[in-house]
Amino acid sequence: MRGFGRYAIWVYSAAALVFLMIPIIYTIVFSFNDSRRTNIVWRGFTLDNWLDVCDAQGVCQAFGNSILIGVVATVLATTLGTMIAIALVRYRFRFRSATTLLLFLPMATPEVVLGAGLAAQFLQAGVGKGIGTIILAHTMFCISFVVVTVRARVASLDPALEEAGRDLYASPRAVFWRITFPLLLPGIMAAALLSFALSFDDFIITNFNRGADVTFPSYVYTAAARGIPAEANVIASAVFLLAIALVLVSQLSAAARRRRLAKA
Amino acid sequence: MAFGAFATATSAAEPAARRKSPVALLLLLPGLLYLALFFLVPLLSLVITSLQQPDPLVFGRFENAFRIENYATVLAQYWPQAVRSFGFAALATLFALLIGFPLAYFIGITLRRWPLLQALALVLVIAPFFISFLLRTIAWKQLFSDEGPVVGFLQALAILPGDAAITGSAFAVVFGLTYNFIPFMTLPIYTSLERLDLRYVEAGGDLYASPASTFLRVTLPLAAPGIMSGTLLTFIPAAGDYVNASREFLGSTETAMIGNVIEANFLVLQNFPAAAALSLVLMAAILVLVSVYVKRSGTEDLL
Repeated sequence: MRGFGRYAIWVYSAAALVFLMIPIIYTIVFSFNDSRRTNIVWRGFTLDNWLDVCDAQGVCQAFGNSILIGVVATVLATTLGTMIAIALVRYRFRFRSATTLLLFLPMATPEVVLGAGLAAQFLQAGVGKGIGTIILAHTMFCISFVVVTVRARVASLDPALEEAGRDLYASPRAVFWRITFPLLLPGIMAAALLSFALSFDDFIITNFNRGADVTFPSYVYTAAARGIPAEANVIASAVFLLAIALVLVSQLSAAARRRRLAKA
Repeated sequence: MAFGAFATATSAAEPAARRKSPVALLLLLPGLLYLALFFLVPLLSLVITSLQQPDPLVFGRFENAFRIENYATVLAQYWPQAVRSFGFAALATLFALLIGFPLAYFIGITLRRWPLLQALALVLVIAPFFISFLLRTIAWKQLFSDEGPVVGFLQALAILPGDAAITGSAFAVVFGLTYNFIPFMTLPIYTSLERLDLRYVEAGGDLYASPASTFLRVTLPLAAPGIMSGTLLTFIPAAGDYVNASREFLGSTETAMIGNVIEANFLVLQNFPAAAALSLVLMAAILVLVSVYVKRSGTEDLL
């Protein structure tokens, strides 16, 4: 890429990044809209929506449900997925290809099929749908994503570190909790954050299995027919700003560390 | 990044010595049982439900049967929506690739000399994941609405006739799908390009290859695993999506996709056999397409 091409890719990529930001900025700006009933036309700046977020009926309840579901599903999926990831890298066992297929298929299945399948199962088993069934569903689709994330970390572990522990007469349990687990922790944390994000923003699978309970995305979907209150924008914007601040700090400090290492 | 993991997991070096131990079973069993119970059994439930027939005694109830005709009925009734789903998903995948590949190249290769800029650009690509995708889609709907800025601008330039609308059109749905999946396309390609050793590209130049042929014969093949996982991560969820195409968002009844039909049959009409049959048709079609695609691209073990 020389001459013209060099500038073209800067311009093209900058335009693409701006394009990605448009609806995000729109959502944040309209969280400050002094809207009456529907939040479609700009009526002027106000902080009221931010100060009384729970004024819109049901929005805080829905948000709370989403947090609860996200936390429980994340803990379950991260535990089950990490165990599988360790077994996949460290041990020989029969049915390895069947196992990897079973882990791959949920990621290759459209959400609407996963959702309808679980709903059909709950219907046949006579299980009432609600927060419990949402948690069961979210845990299911998060496991595979945890496995791929943690697996890469397990594979990059230096076996010499654990060997050193064993050479110093540490019990297998001590080796795991004092050496293996702390080294895996960044991967496990990344997997947990991904699980939570997937669960928190899931709409399609949730919609099939929620019964009468409302999560934040299903609240937005139902409200879309009659106009979404600005308070929903406030919640989405607050979550976004918090998450982006965390990511920025970790990314920029990692980049700065790389630069220091490159200079040294 | 797990989105790159589709591409990276295979190439990660595995330690050579894998032990055989009963511990493996203890580690695997809980998770695999969970997936069997909440992934495989639901598929079986779909098969059973798809073959059911209406209960002759109670209206709105179904009893187990073996009505293969259910499949013929739903296909005859809903083939336009099924064809449209795959068409829209293919277009969205193509557009996402046209936007995502240069963007991934820019972040992974052009920005290498500026680590801070690179980190910042990467944050911007993943930023959409942190804000509700329903609200992002609503934002486009309002920007494209009849009183919105885009329609007004295009009408002022006489590009769009005075009575035309954007929302509710096939264009709006493909646009929304494309927007939604750009990060899913960009991230895996970025992961492939980020690790690309630039000495290969230099070697192409040293051997008197033109920049274009170096790109086609060196860079592109090395980015192939990323392109492949990116297209899968876009095409599969796009084909099953029903938010963009729904009437409350960017679509209309004329743009309904197979996901809209499954949702309507399951949750509104409560015609469970039809919804189940359509789900299985969708899943089978996707599995066939994916396995053909994976075979042709030559990387068979994705996980």
